[in-house]
Amino acid sequence: METIDKIKEQIAEHPVLLYMKGSPKLPSCGFSAQTVQALMNCGEQFAYVDILLNPDIRSELPKFADWPTFPQLWIKGELIGGCDIILEMFQQGELQPLLKEAAVKSEDEVK
Amino acid sequence: MTVEQGIINKLNENFQLSYLEVLNESHMHNVPANAETHFKVTIVSSDFDGKRLIQRQRLVNQLLSAELAGPVHALAQHTYTPEEWNKKNSISPESPNCLGGGSK
Repeated sequence: METIDKIKEQIAEHPVLLYMKGSPKLPSCGFSAQTVQALMNCGEQFAYVDILLNPDIRSELPKFADWPTFPQLWIKGELIGGCDIILEMFQQGELQPLLKEAAVKSEDEVK
Repeated sequence: MTVEQGIINKLNENFQLSYLEVLNESHMHNVPANAETHFKVTIVSSDFDGKRLIQRQRLVNQLLSAELAGPVHALAQHTYTPEEWNKKNSISPESPNCLGGGSK
Protein backbone atom coordinates (compact mmCIF):
# COMPACT_ATOMS: atom_id res chain seq x y z
CA MET A 1 0.00 0.00 0.00
CA GLU A 2 1.18 3.52 -0.70
CA THR A 3 2.35 5.33 2.42
CA ILE A 4 -0.21 8.08 1.96
CA ASP A 5 -3.04 5.52 1.81
CA LYS A 6 -1.69 3.82 4.89
CA ILE A 7 -1.75 7.14 6.75
CA LYS A 8 -5.29 7.91 5.62
CA GLU A 9 -6.43 4.47 6.71
CA GLN A 10 -4.80 4.80 10.14
CA ILE A 11 -6.36 8.20 10.70
CA ALA A 12 -9.77 6.96 9.60
CA GLU A 13 -9.69 3.81 11.73
CA HIS A 14 -8.39 5.25 14.99
CA PRO A 15 -10.40 8.06 16.57
CA VAL A 16 -7.47 9.03 18.78
CA LEU A 17 -4.09 8.46 17.18
CA LEU A 18 -0.69 9.73 18.24
CA TYR A 19 2.25 9.75 15.85
CA MET A 20 5.28 9.80 18.12
CA LYS A 21 8.93 8.93 18.57
CA GLY A 22 9.13 5.67 20.50
CA SER A 23 6.20 4.09 22.35
CA PRO A 24 4.05 5.37 25.22
CA LYS A 25 5.99 3.11 27.60
CA LEU A 26 9.36 4.06 26.13
CA PRO A 27 9.20 7.42 24.40
CA SER A 28 12.37 8.46 22.56
CA CYS A 29 11.83 12.20 22.65
CA GLY A 30 10.93 14.60 25.43
CA PHE A 31 8.14 16.22 23.43
CA SER A 32 6.57 12.83 22.66
CA ALA A 33 6.92 11.85 26.33
CA GLN A 34 5.14 14.98 27.54
CA THR A 35 2.32 14.47 25.07
CA VAL A 36 1.84 10.84 26.13
CA GLN A 37 1.79 11.96 29.77
CA ALA A 38 -0.98 14.46 29.09
CA LEU A 39 -3.01 11.85 27.20
CA MET A 40 -2.57 9.27 29.96
CA ASN A 41 -3.55 11.80 32.60
CA CYS A 42 -6.87 12.14 30.80
CA GLY A 43 -7.53 8.46 31.51
CA GLU A 44 -8.63 7.65 27.98
CA GLN A 45 -7.00 5.12 25.70
CA PHE A 46 -5.34 5.95 22.43
CA ALA A 47 -3.58 4.32 19.50
CA TYR A 48 -0.07 5.24 18.43
CA VAL A 49 2.42 4.88 15.62
CA ASP A 50 6.16 4.91 16.34
CA ILE A 51 7.56 6.97 13.48
CA LEU A 52 11.12 5.89 14.26
CA LEU A 53 10.06 2.38 13.18
CA ASN A 54 8.14 3.74 10.20
CA PRO A 55 10.47 6.01 8.24
CA ASP A 56 8.06 6.17 5.30
CA ILE A 57 5.35 7.64 7.51
CA ARG A 58 7.89 9.94 9.14
CA SER A 59 8.75 11.44 5.77
CA GLU A 60 5.23 11.52 4.24
CA LEU A 61 3.00 12.59 7.14
CA PRO A 62 4.41 16.12 7.56
CA LYS A 63 3.50 16.88 3.93
CA PHE A 64 0.02 15.37 4.21
CA ALA A 65 -0.62 17.13 7.52
CA ASP A 66 1.07 20.37 6.52
CA TRP A 67 2.76 20.10 9.92
CA PRO A 68 6.55 19.83 10.07
CA THR A 69 7.23 18.13 13.40
CA PHE A 70 6.33 15.23 15.71
CA PRO A 71 4.49 14.28 17.83
CA GLN A 72 1.15 14.79 16.08
CA LEU A 73 -2.18 14.05 17.74
CA TRP A 74 -5.08 13.23 15.43
CA ILE A 75 -8.61 13.04 16.79
CA LYS A 76 -11.43 11.84 14.54
CA GLY A 77 -9.45 12.48 11.41
CA GLU A 78 -8.33 15.97 12.35
CA LEU A 79 -4.88 17.14 13.38
CA ILE A 80 -5.19 18.70 16.82
CA GLY A 81 -1.55 19.66 17.21
CA GLY A 82 1.84 18.83 18.65
CA CYS A 83 3.26 18.84 22.15
CA ASP A 84 2.81 22.54 22.96
CA ILE A 85 -0.82 22.56 21.85
CA ILE A 86 -1.74 19.32 23.62
CA LEU A 87 -0.16 20.46 26.90
CA GLU A 88 -1.85 23.84 26.72
CA MET A 89 -5.22 22.21 26.00
CA PHE A 90 -4.67 19.75 28.86
CA GLN A 91 -3.89 22.55 31.28
CA GLN A 92 -6.95 24.48 30.13
CA GLY A 93 -9.15 21.39 30.63
CA GLU A 94 -9.98 21.17 26.93
CA LEU A 95 -8.24 17.90 26.12
CA GLN A 96 -10.17 15.45 28.27
CA PRO A 97 -13.67 16.20 26.92
CA LEU A 98 -12.31 15.99 23.39
CA LEU A 99 -10.84 12.55 24.06
CA LYS A 100 -13.90 11.33 25.87
CA GLU A 101 -16.13 12.35 23.05
CA ALA A 102 -13.98 10.55 20.51
CA ALA A 103 -15.12 7.24 22.12
CA VAL A 104 -11.81 5.49 22.12
CA LYS A 105 -11.55 1.80 21.47
CA SER A 106 -8.07 0.57 22.26
CA GLU A 107 -4.54 1.44 23.22
CA ASP A 108 -2.76 -0.47 20.53
CA GLU A 109 0.25 -0.09 18.37
CA VAL A 110 -1.03 0.32 14.86
CA LYS A 111 0.33 -2.34 12.55
CA MET B 1 23.43 35.76 10.12
CA THR B 2 22.65 33.05 12.68
CA VAL B 3 19.51 30.93 12.37
CA GLU B 4 18.36 32.44 15.66
CA GLN B 5 18.66 36.00 14.35
CA GLY B 6 16.84 34.99 11.16
CA ILE B 7 13.94 33.65 13.21
CA ILE B 8 13.81 36.81 15.32
CA ASN B 9 13.82 39.02 12.23
CA LYS B 10 11.04 37.11 10.47
CA LEU B 11 8.79 37.09 13.52
CA ASN B 12 9.41 40.79 14.09
CA GLU B 13 8.61 41.67 10.51
CA ASN B 14 5.44 39.59 10.29
CA PHE B 15 3.72 39.86 13.64
CA GLN B 16 2.44 42.78 15.67
CA LEU B 17 4.41 41.72 18.74
CA SER B 18 3.78 42.55 22.38
CA TYR B 19 6.51 40.17 23.46
CA LEU B 20 8.99 37.85 21.76
CA GLU B 21 11.49 35.43 23.17
CA VAL B 22 13.55 33.10 20.99
CA LEU B 23 15.62 30.58 22.93
CA ASN B 24 18.20 28.31 21.38
CA GLU B 25 17.72 25.11 23.37
CA SER B 26 20.03 22.99 21.25
CA HIS B 27 22.39 22.52 24.18
CA MET B 28 19.68 20.41 25.84
CA HIS B 29 20.02 17.86 23.04
CA ASN B 30 22.54 15.48 21.59
CA VAL B 31 23.97 17.85 18.97
CA PRO B 32 27.35 19.57 18.43
CA ALA B 33 28.28 22.63 20.50
CA ASN B 34 26.89 25.91 19.09
CA ALA B 35 24.30 23.99 17.06
CA GLU B 36 21.11 25.76 16.03
CA THR B 37 18.71 22.84 15.84
CA HIS B 38 16.26 23.16 18.74
CA PHE B 39 14.43 26.39 19.48
CA LYS B 40 11.70 27.58 21.75
CA VAL B 41 9.74 30.66 20.81
CA THR B 42 7.30 32.57 22.95
CA ILE B 43 5.20 34.93 20.86
CA VAL B 44 2.63 37.32 22.25
CA SER B 45 0.65 39.09 19.58
CA SER B 46 -2.80 40.51 19.00
CA ASP B 47 -2.59 38.78 15.60
CA PHE B 48 -3.58 35.61 17.48
CA ASP B 49 -6.92 37.04 18.67
CA GLY B 50 -9.73 34.66 17.78
CA LYS B 51 -7.40 32.01 16.36
CA ARG B 52 -7.15 28.45 17.65
CA LEU B 53 -3.74 27.20 18.79
CA ILE B 54 -3.26 25.10 15.69
CA GLN B 55 -4.04 28.08 13.45
CA ARG B 56 -1.51 30.20 15.31
CA GLN B 57 1.20 27.59 15.01
CA ARG B 58 0.44 27.07 11.34
CA LEU B 59 1.11 30.78 10.78
CA VAL B 60 4.48 30.44 12.50
CA ASN B 61 5.32 27.20 10.71
CA GLN B 62 4.59 28.81 7.34
CA LEU B 63 6.70 31.82 8.17
CA LEU B 64 9.60 29.63 9.26
CA SER B 65 9.12 26.87 6.70
CA ALA B 66 12.61 27.32 5.25
CA GLU B 67 14.20 26.98 8.68
CA LEU B 68 12.06 23.94 9.53
CA ALA B 69 12.91 22.27 6.22
CA GLY B 70 16.57 23.02 6.82
CA PRO B 71 18.58 23.39 10.02
CA VAL B 72 15.79 23.51 12.60
CA HIS B 73 14.78 20.13 13.96
CA ALA B 74 12.46 21.15 16.80
CA LEU B 75 10.48 24.33 17.35
CA ALA B 76 8.53 24.60 20.58
CA GLN B 77 5.91 27.31 20.18
CA HIS B 78 4.06 29.14 22.90
CA THR B 79 1.64 31.50 21.23
CA TYR B 80 -0.55 33.85 23.22
CA THR B 81 -2.71 36.89 22.81
CA PRO B 82 -1.74 39.79 25.10
CA GLU B 83 -4.76 38.99 27.28
CA GLU B 84 -3.80 35.29 27.65
CA TRP B 85 -0.21 36.28 28.38
CA ASN B 86 -1.37 38.51 31.25
CA LYS B 87 -3.43 35.66 32.68
CA LYS B 88 -0.35 33.44 32.53
CA ASN B 89 1.61 36.03 34.50
CA SER B 90 4.01 36.27 31.57
CA ILE B 91 5.48 32.79 32.02
CA SER B 92 5.77 30.25 29.21
CA PRO B 93 6.29 26.51 29.90
CA GLU B 94 9.69 24.82 30.12
CA SER B 95 10.75 22.51 27.31
CA PRO B 96 11.25 18.82 28.14
CA ASN B 97 14.60 17.14 28.45
CA CYS B 98 15.96 15.19 25.51
CA LEU B 99 15.46 11.43 25.49
CA GLY B 100 17.91 10.79 22.70
CA GLY B 101 15.71 9.54 19.88
CA GLY B 102 15.51 12.57 17.70
CA SER B 103 18.32 12.16 15.20
CA LYS B 104 17.25 13.83 11.99
